[in-house]
Amino acid sequence: MDQMAVKIRAKDLNLFYGDFHALQDIQFSVPEKAITALIGPSGCGKSTLLRCFNRMNDLVENCRITGSIRIDGQEVVDDRTDLIALRKKVGMVFQRPNVFDLSIYNNLLFGLRIHRMVSGKDRILATIRWGLEQVGLWDELKDRLNQNARTLTLEQQQRLCIARVVILRPEVILLDEPCSALDPIATMRIEELLRELKRDYTIVIVTHNMQQAARVSDYTGFMYLGRLIEFGTTSQVFTNPRDRLTENYISGQFG
Amino acid sequence: MSGARVRQNIAFGLMGLVTMLVVLPIILTLWYVVANGIGAISLDFILQPPRNGMREGGIFPAIVGTFILIVGTMILSLPIGVLSAIYLVEYAKDNLFTRLIKLAVVNLSGIPSIVYGLFGLTVFVVLLRLGTSILAGCMTLAIMSLPVIITATKEALESVPASYREISLSLGATKWQTVRHCVLPYAIPGILTGTVLSLSRAAGETAPILFTVAAFYLPRLPRSLFDQVMALPYHLYVISTQVPNMPLSLSFATAFVLISLVFLMNLVSIILRAHYRRKRQW
Repeated sequence: MDQMAVKIRAKDLNLFYGDFHALQDIQFSVPEKAITALIGPSGCGKSTLLRCFNRMNDLVENCRITGSIRIDGQEVVDDRTDLIALRKKVGMVFQRPNVFDLSIYNNLLFGLRIHRMVSGKDRILATIRWGLEQVGLWDELKDRLNQNARTLTLEQQQRLCIARVVILRPEVILLDEPCSALDPIATMRIEELLRELKRDYTIVIVTHNMQQAARVSDYTGFMYLGRLIEFGTTSQVFTNPRDRLTENYISGQFG
Repeated sequence: MSGARVRQNIAFGLMGLVTMLVVLPIILTLWYVVANGIGAISLDFILQPPRNGMREGGIFPAIVGTFILIVGTMILSLPIGVLSAIYLVEYAKDNLFTRLIKLAVVNLSGIPSIVYGLFGLTVFVVLLRLGTSILAGCMTLAIMSLPVIITATKEALESVPASYREISLSLGATKWQTVRHCVLPYAIPGILTGTVLSLSRAAGETAPILFTVAAFYLPRLPRSLFDQVMALPYHLYVISTQVPNMPLSLSFATAFVLISLVFLMNLVSIILRAHYRRKRQW
């Protein structure tokens, strides 16, 4: 993994919720244009770490972060960070397919409007088409763009959520257990999509599902009680873990 | 039938009965007002000024006065109320100061309206030298309406799921864009309900306008914001208690017009709500 370009580098990262020390001395490098999975038992801090990369923890009161996160060498843990630009560059997909209670068209238009990215009906439609094509939804939905997005299947909704992020041309996509609301077949298809997207984007996925991490990711980080216990290529972490804790977790002895 | 089923039926029966007890007085009152007042309602009654010591003629100036007061109160209280609720819910940090403000707002909505009337008299009429005027009256009514509008808006905003804000912010929206496009649209029905409720109350109150704007008898339309006006609730009070030999049907007809006005406002808010639901975009 040394030859991989690093997209995100976290150094001495500590995070506190009030008195609770949720992330402890995290040293972590996310390789560019690859899928990095974060695994670990509930409450280990994997979602919290993910939310550091686009500063979503700012929404939590009494949350304090020390240390450094650099994305393309630019410091993120800094009061002067332009959160709007950061979140455009580092998009996020959540656990529940949380489409807006609006039409498919308007779901995708939202980000374009906010960032004033395109104007004119034709160019907006072309961009929306491009976004839906990226997630394999255009053919299914092209004739009903004005339909409310809540009427779609959960898989379609989650794809739409990914399209809503992709359409803003981000460089990093963070996914927080994106398949936990989906059935196995939909999960496989979303994983397929992620493998296609990694050609253009750096992807970090938090998952509760070890098989998913093994199937889809190139690199895996194992977290436990707020620490990053082990990080390496997925094949190394799963076949030849260096740490006893990792081995026990992967072999299903706790979780 | 099982015991649980019987108990359930008894409980439902009781609840239905209690609901009837709540609705019945309203229906009876409405029926009484309509039955006694409908005979006096005519185009002249609505479009003519009162004559012969208010014993004849219509109530046009009072209708116009109440209408002006409602509109003025809404213009003053709606933006201030909604904006301060947005500030309290979306922007203010949760500290002792904001908690005190929230507590004060809740308590203010319980203050008797005559207190607002005296407040309006001392502050707007006397201190700010507005005199008894539409402006002073609207300001007094607006102050009285604010707590209800703020509380309703606050609750409407708080009921919008946090995840809506989260998606919007995660897409790089500013706080204001998030509030404007992902929170407010879902809070509008609640805000409308609260606003109409408080404006209905303002339309029917006598005490706050007693010293600040209401004219005993002024059979012409106001000429400026600094003019006095007649208003329906005060007019009703006057003709019911201060004018001897007043035909009772005129009082009921006035009450009927006031109720209709409030009903109309509620109808408009229902239509607005339905319209807004349909038209919502990004």
